[in-house]
Amino acid sequence: MPDGSGLPEGIVLSSAARAMRRVEARAAWGLAAPTLVLMAILLVLPTIAVLLLSLTDWELGAAHLGFVGFDNYVELAHDRTFVTSLRNTLIFAAIVTPVSVVLGLGAALLIEAEPIGKTFFRTAYFMPVVSLIVAMATVWQYLLHPTIGPLNALLRLAGMGGPNWLGSSDTVLVSLAIIGVWQAVGFNMVLFLAGLTAIPRDLYAAAEVDGVKTGWDRFWTVTWPLLAPTTLFVVTITLIQAVKVFETVATLTQGGPSKASEVLLWTIYQEGFVYLHVGYASAMTIVFVAILMVVTLLQTRVLERRVHY
Amino acid sequence: MRPIWTIGRAIRFAILSAGALVMLAPYIWMISVSLKPRSEIFNATFELLPEHWGAVENYTKAMTRIPMLTLLGNGAIVCAAILLFQTVFAIPCAYALAKLRFRGAEPIFALVMMGLLIPVQTTALPIYVVFSDLNLLNSLSALVIPFMLSVFAIFLFRQFFRSMPDDLIHAARLDGMGELGIVWRVIVPNAWPAATAFAIFSVVAHWNDLFWPLIVITRMPLATPPLGLIFFQAAEAGDDYGALMAATTIVTLPLVLLFLFAQRRFIEGITLSGLKG
Repeated sequence: MPDGSGLPEGIVLSSAARAMRRVEARAAWGLAAPTLVLMAILLVLPTIAVLLLSLTDWELGAAHLGFVGFDNYVELAHDRTFVTSLRNTLIFAAIVTPVSVVLGLGAALLIEAEPIGKTFFRTAYFMPVVSLIVAMATVWQYLLHPTIGPLNALLRLAGMGGPNWLGSSDTVLVSLAIIGVWQAVGFNMVLFLAGLTAIPRDLYAAAEVDGVKTGWDRFWTVTWPLLAPTTLFVVTITLIQAVKVFETVATLTQGGPSKASEVLLWTIYQEGFVYLHVGYASAMTIVFVAILMVVTLLQTRVLERRVHY
Repeated sequence: MRPIWTIGRAIRFAILSAGALVMLAPYIWMISVSLKPRSEIFNATFELLPEHWGAVENYTKAMTRIPMLTLLGNGAIVCAAILLFQTVFAIPCAYALAKLRFRGAEPIFALVMMGLLIPVQTTALPIYVVFSDLNLLNSLSALVIPFMLSVFAIFLFRQFFRSMPDDLIHAARLDGMGELGIVWRVIVPNAWPAATAFAIFSVVAHWNDLFWPLIVITRMPLATPPLGLIFFQAAEAGDDYGALMAATTIVTLPLVLLFLFAQRRFIEGITLSGLKG
């Protein structure tokens, strides 16, 4: 394409048409140029910088910057805090993802089937998604308060002693996961509702002709297989959001007690922006990004291979 | 189908209602606690309405102990500025990618798709270092600049513009309009559906964001609502729940009200983030 016109070869253009194409290409570059400059400054260069910094021992304000190869990554593997952080993040994601996906699907199925109150239920379930997370976290802090919180008051009423939810290292991750599920259910529900409306009605009729009678059978023969792409999509998004958990931890636990709620973004924040170990925190960032990319790539692979119908 | 009440349906309705109650419980208690005086809060009863009203005291504290109006104003300015820059940069570029033939189209789009894979936290460290060098920390600009570019906006607008009829653009060209004129007078007026959805997505994301404000802002007068709440919580040792819940109610209200008024648009806008991952 010597003239930059993007036309297939063999099509001969008059010189006037070629001139028009050149004008068009020049206009296009002009329209894209400001964005390209910003993209270089705000995205490409910083991404390269974080990769390079992860290979150094640099600390903000230090005059010396030494190249240390992969030492930071080797150190990460032996860093108690980081390993704990990685484990906690995975446990958190392993609780939040299945629970909020199943509850989101359940809510969508029930709302879809129920003729009255659709809008009310959808609104109620979706509200946490639009609420200020930090603000709602402080409300949850009150709800989960060991002595004055309503949840433990309820448990006492039932004759059980409630745990010190956010204050004990045994329950802190579960407590954060409860808040995480509460936040994610409405979002997942809406995606499932969209998926459900895309299923053609006559498939259910056809299934009925084939002897599928109960709602349970209908779900497994028609709904579930046809919903597979939506489900995969919802699982991926929830997983990604869960790995990025930060606001609730920063507001409620700051990684404590005794590192029981230390999660990746919180650890990166502490290491990079509080202790200013830029090189080391860059290596953590790369691990964090790598995890998210693996999740996304896995989704693409599964999508290409399995979810066909 | 006529709504006939069967046992199955009653169970379904009960489950849905119980679920809705759990989802709404935090809001109910937030408002309830914000109306109660200290002594009643510490009694841990299930009464939602107070015996003695503490609302005036709590809301006065929330408005005066922290510069609440400044926080809300900062949040609004930052979100508006981010949204303005994002759309002003994204729309012309997206138009070029969608409708103009040039050699850059494919590589630029590939770059955009790669950008979508990179979470915002990736670039935080280098940008922080540069801001610190340029003495930009603790300024509203520091809150806005990193987000002026949204690859997601470019992606979204490109997809939207591709489905716009070419005839519209050809006609404008025959009228002698330049490409910039076409963007401004033909594309922008037709981009509202995509722009509204993106606006909601962007505003909700940045109104909620804590990670970046926590990094670049250390002073209350420059804080955004979430950061201000965290400062407040730390300063009040987090145990004056009445005032804290009053502040929480005030900062939660704007978006929730907007959501209640424009539910469909909100749900559309926010579920877009699904595309982004």
